[in-house]
Amino acid sequence: MPAVQETIEQVRRIDVDQYKYGFETVIEVDKAPKGLSEDTIRLISAKKDEPEWMLEWRLQAYRRWLTLEEPTWARVEYPKIDFQDIHYYAAPKNHAGPKSLDEVDPELLRVYEKLGIPLKEQEILAGVKKPGHETEADGVLSDLANDNVYKSGRVAVDAVFDSVSVVTTFKDELAKAGVIFCSISEAIREHPELVRKYLGSVVPITDNFYATLNSAVFTDGSFVFVPKGVRCPMELSTYFRINEKDTGQFERTLIIAEEGSYVSYLEGCTAPQRDENQLHAAVVELIALDDAEIKYSTVQNWYPGDAQGKGGIYNFVTKRGDCRGDRSKISWTQVETGSAITWKYPSCILRGDDSRGEFYSIAVSNGYQQVDSGTKMIHLGKNTSSRIISKGIAAGFSQNTYRGQVSAHRKATNARNFTNCDSLLIGNNCGAHTVPYMEAKNATAQFEHEATTSKISEDQKFYVMQRGIPEEEAVALIVNGFVKDVIQELPMEFAVEAQKLIGISLEGSVG
Amino acid sequence: MLEIKNLHARIADTGVEIIRGLNLTVKAGEVAAIMGPNGSGKSTLSYILAGREDYEVTEGDVLYNGESVLEMDPAERAAAGIFLAFQYPLEIPGVATMEFLKVALNAQRKARGEEPLKVPELLKRVKEAAGSLDIEMGMLKRPLNVGFSGGEKKRAEILQMKLLQPKLCVLDETDSGLDIDALKIVAEGVNALRSPDRAMVVITHYQRLLEYIVPDTVHVLYRGQVVRSGDKTLASELEANGYAAIVEEAA
Repeated sequence: MPAVQETIEQVRRIDVDQYKYGFETVIEVDKAPKGLSEDTIRLISAKKDEPEWMLEWRLQAYRRWLTLEEPTWARVEYPKIDFQDIHYYAAPKNHAGPKSLDEVDPELLRVYEKLGIPLKEQEILAGVKKPGHETEADGVLSDLANDNVYKSGRVAVDAVFDSVSVVTTFKDELAKAGVIFCSISEAIREHPELVRKYLGSVVPITDNFYATLNSAVFTDGSFVFVPKGVRCPMELSTYFRINEKDTGQFERTLIIAEEGSYVSYLEGCTAPQRDENQLHAAVVELIALDDAEIKYSTVQNWYPGDAQGKGGIYNFVTKRGDCRGDRSKISWTQVETGSAITWKYPSCILRGDDSRGEFYSIAVSNGYQQVDSGTKMIHLGKNTSSRIISKGIAAGFSQNTYRGQVSAHRKATNARNFTNCDSLLIGNNCGAHTVPYMEAKNATAQFEHEATTSKISEDQKFYVMQRGIPEEEAVALIVNGFVKDVIQELPMEFAVEAQKLIGISLEGSVG
Repeated sequence: MLEIKNLHARIADTGVEIIRGLNLTVKAGEVAAIMGPNGSGKSTLSYILAGREDYEVTEGDVLYNGESVLEMDPAERAAAGIFLAFQYPLEIPGVATMEFLKVALNAQRKARGEEPLKVPELLKRVKEAAGSLDIEMGMLKRPLNVGFSGGEKKRAEILQMKLLQPKLCVLDETDSGLDIDALKIVAEGVNALRSPDRAMVVITHYQRLLEYIVPDTVHVLYRGQVVRSGDKTLASELEANGYAAIVEEAA
């Protein structure tokens, strides 16, 4: 906890503007020319030393993509994207797959240090300790702050800079437990049988406009494989950073949890402050076999654009988990504070009998941000259950939409869902919208839906301020209370960071 | 300590004038009771002292230690030592009482340029204060005021007052909704805070509370003005004769 606090303070000091991660790093890069064609895809594939089958897969996706139209059903507005005006590959030079941290460009290590992501294993060991309940005092307070205690006190990190993974920490130690954690590029080379078996099996190359584009041009991302019966000994984490101008980031993440295994995975991301919009179109696929559990947490903090709505990241992401095995469980937790536009619906396919899907979300929008996010819970197996808790907070001139779908297949007997969507408005110029779709083709399905929209009342704010808490902190306190049930689902380190982040995102939203 | 001079104030939205030339002086160490019939402006006065934005001061001034507070926002006034115990404390869902106490205390310390309180010290103080008010630690883990009974809410208000150690305490109808046992506990809590450098303004409709918190002065508020002031015997007189006599006199 102190480590995170320090990080936040540090980053606060670095930047003067509201977005704390807006710095740009001058690093020599190797870039593909702008534009998208089969040649671009061949170039990416060659840069990555990929086998022939991978290139074919990409080209198949590309040809499919040419036939697709950009979707327009989301409640977001933006000028048409020129897909020929983007660099599809950018990698720091001197990056020839470093064997160890010593070989990583020191400038890159400094970037991550500045972001508060320590990439040196010994530092991680020294800096992040399991919070001790030394006194009753600490016990009571930290229990109040969090019910969720960090399991091992250490985090393995895969750092992705523009199009490539620059380093993955703790690989050796994970390997001892049988866990594979590496960049997807490395996995394609080193574990082709696993990648071929699972890649595209949850989000097929035909899935949707952005996912298909991603399949054609994805550059890097993380790969996790947890073998049968293994409980991953530490939190796994990927930190994404877009640095280059006019560059799209298309990452691909694939997580496989074999029978009876467990893994918790965290994802964080930031980008420099620029006047132009940048595209980020990721695909994440999760596969949980019998009795396996995957917990996937995101703290999304891409550059949201300036106060007038100029610049920012377009975040068009397809995330889907497949509860393929019986009694498997997938849980998505997301804290979305960044991006000019967010288009994102982490979903669960509840295929196995007695499988369970969860979606916990906090989406904060301020300025001119537009968020259209939610989830899909597709009940296919018997006795499947799902739970959706969504908290949307809109301030400034932003628009914040929850869009969700819950469906029960005709064979999904006793499917159960509980949905709770709460929206909180700050000020009079923002909007919150809830668009739930529910479809039960089975009479035994039980779906519950609750939704509320509220405004922070002046009475509440006055009361909190009367105790000496300044206005912005008062709003942050009330908002953090509002999102408490979701924050509790986050691993401890992220929970504290997420709370601070929400406070920072809402700066300037009052008065 | 507190000097209210010819105060006129109205509801910002509707322009209805509630306070019409109110004068009141409360010295350090003094406990002043404000009494009056419903609608006389008692609660409004408490909100104006605490800096609520819904009211607009059109004339006069409120001086605290000789300086006007009218330009200060509620948080600044609180940090300067003005505390309002609410008649209806607000619920803050998801924010544990203990967490709220910590944030409030440290915000005030920060405003005064002091270091945040270390957790063990904070806990020691909270425990002491809570014990004297018959508040169990379990209650401190619950979200502030959410699902609290009337008595719990009022005790939580006094707990905050004890911890924040304000210089000017304004208690708005603190006795409302309390049974006699709870009233005694709350009154003891308030009496323990009486000191030569602290002033209290106790707003109440009934004389009952003043049997437990014995005031130095009593002021009757009617139609936004203090129409009569006296010592504690004035409260008993009101109890015996009702407001009617005084009101007629004023009219």
